[in-house]
Amino acid sequence: MSEKRISRRELLAGAATVASALALEKLPVAEAQTTPVALNAPSDPSAVPGGPTTPVSARSPFETPARTPSGIITGPAYSPIHELTGTITPSDLVFERHHAGVAIIDPKRYKLLIHGLVDEAMVFSIDDLKRLPSVSRVHFLECSGNGRNGYRDPKPDLTPQLIDGLTSNGEWTGVPLAVLLREVGVKPSATWFLAEGGDASKLSRSIPIEKAWDDAMIAYAFNGEPLRPANGYPARLFLPGYEANTCIKWLRRIKLIDQPNMSRDETAKYTDPLPNGTARQFSFVMDAKSIITHPAHPARIERGWNEIRGIAWSGRGKITRVDVSTDRGATWNAAELQTPVLSKAHTRFRLPWQWDGRQSTLMSRAVDETGCIQPTYSSFVAARGKGTDFHFNHIRSWTVRADGTVSYEVVA
Amino acid sequence: MRKRIAIAVVVLMAAACREHRSSTLTQAAPPFDGIGRRATTAEVDSWNIDVNPTGAGLPAGSGTYARGAALFASKCAACHGTNGEGLATFPQLIGREPRSGFPFGQDYHLTKTIGNYWPYATTLYDYVHRAMPLTAPGSLQANDVYSLVAYLLAKNEIIDTTTVIDAASLPRIRMPARNRFVVDDRTGGRRFR
Repeated sequence: MSEKRISRRELLAGAATVASALALEKLPVAEAQTTPVALNAPSDPSAVPGGPTTPVSARSPFETPARTPSGIITGPAYSPIHELTGTITPSDLVFERHHAGVAIIDPKRYKLLIHGLVDEAMVFSIDDLKRLPSVSRVHFLECSGNGRNGYRDPKPDLTPQLIDGLTSNGEWTGVPLAVLLREVGVKPSATWFLAEGGDASKLSRSIPIEKAWDDAMIAYAFNGEPLRPANGYPARLFLPGYEANTCIKWLRRIKLIDQPNMSRDETAKYTDPLPNGTARQFSFVMDAKSIITHPAHPARIERGWNEIRGIAWSGRGKITRVDVSTDRGATWNAAELQTPVLSKAHTRFRLPWQWDGRQSTLMSRAVDETGCIQPTYSSFVAARGKGTDFHFNHIRSWTVRADGTVSYEVVA
Repeated sequence: MRKRIAIAVVVLMAAACREHRSSTLTQAAPPFDGIGRRATTAEVDSWNIDVNPTGAGLPAGSGTYARGAALFASKCAACHGTNGEGLATFPQLIGREPRSGFPFGQDYHLTKTIGNYWPYATTLYDYVHRAMPLTAPGSLQANDVYSLVAYLLAKNEIIDTTTVIDAASLPRIRMPARNRFVVDDRTGGRRFR
């Protein structure tokens, strides 16, 4: 048995080498994606012919939205939510959060095993999953740690990306988990199911079986095309409204069980310590939240007409109202919600605002269909404590200074 | 035939949503014969690696503190520190401070470790086996996992250095923070908790 001491540099270098080698080997090389335009546009585009058609569109070279990759195989990459409009997150900008890097899986070798307290343990290929009845649903995905930066370390130069960039929204297509469970036959003693990923972390979570019969799905597509590897290609579990770690990426196994497994990611992690000396466990559902994405840092606005814009969402259903204040919470007005308002999905809100040029603090407050109102910072601290670890949905505030610059603030 | 299948699907989907008891759904034959196949015993055995608090899933084998100490030094210390104190992004594993109360909700500077936070000892086997070390997850043999578990539990002052860890002893260990964990019972509404 090898007793070779492994140095940390070797471990990290090895991990990076293995990961990048696999990535270069397995990912398809994109064909020339850009319409060949000069970095500077011609002075009169109507006077010269343009470029040819291409197999895959690229963005204009003048648009460079990007996540914030950390360069390591654990940890997050925040989505640039303050640069996005509408409600649908472009597929290549969906946030990332991994526990052992992005798995590269050959769809021809992919298997989903469903076993445990079932009549018959079965294996499904990707083609099997795609052949079964499918549904498409628009829902948000949100990491339970989203908002931690804005809570723990509320610096004025935080952007919506760094505060709440671990959330994305789009159309998920897949097979309802209920259809698969119907295939294998679930024994009456099964009250939970364990979902496990086929990546290096093999992250596993125990989920109450009611969610399987409700709206759980095995998703294989997002925004009309197969999932990206960074978001779980070729198939992931998707649990609308639930914290994203439960939506196991690169899903390989579902086991029907009669008690929660108590994996590391539902005990050591993803539990919420509270000020009363307890830790809240299985806090699956993402609470109602909103954030103004414009005006927000680093935008600079002009006096006069501005449209305050943001997104709101709740894991418990639809957003029924978003109140916006432009006077640091003294008064509130209901913003307009972009229709259709969908359940457990990002909802775009807008409020017209005439800025008089004086310093103003903007705040937004979401209300969901259960009557839950996004709490003030002080209400949040009272309920959850300064030390809590997840589910940071207190009201976010932006102060517009007289020069038009905007900075993040926490208003008690 | 297509229409009968479509109707059957609609009925089944409605039944699945409406009726949460599985007994009605297992009475009729599955409607999608030929999609998916029976799993082999080998397939199930190779992936069925989870361990729950009753000890179900723990394999044959055993481990000791002494063996675990040597393994930790060679396979774990490079990331987790010589004394499990943590390095860079890799977490601290060992430590029983604070020794009274459970003040993590009040102060995020306090580090949660195996000894002061993990509610179940069996989780340690499940996690080390499936995910560690980071560059070769799943490569540790059962005796080595048991030994690392024994080492970490002893260093966290949960067991003494002579306790042998195996499928019988591990589920019997009660972690200090076990009673601190309360299942979420919120359903939304005006009162924020």
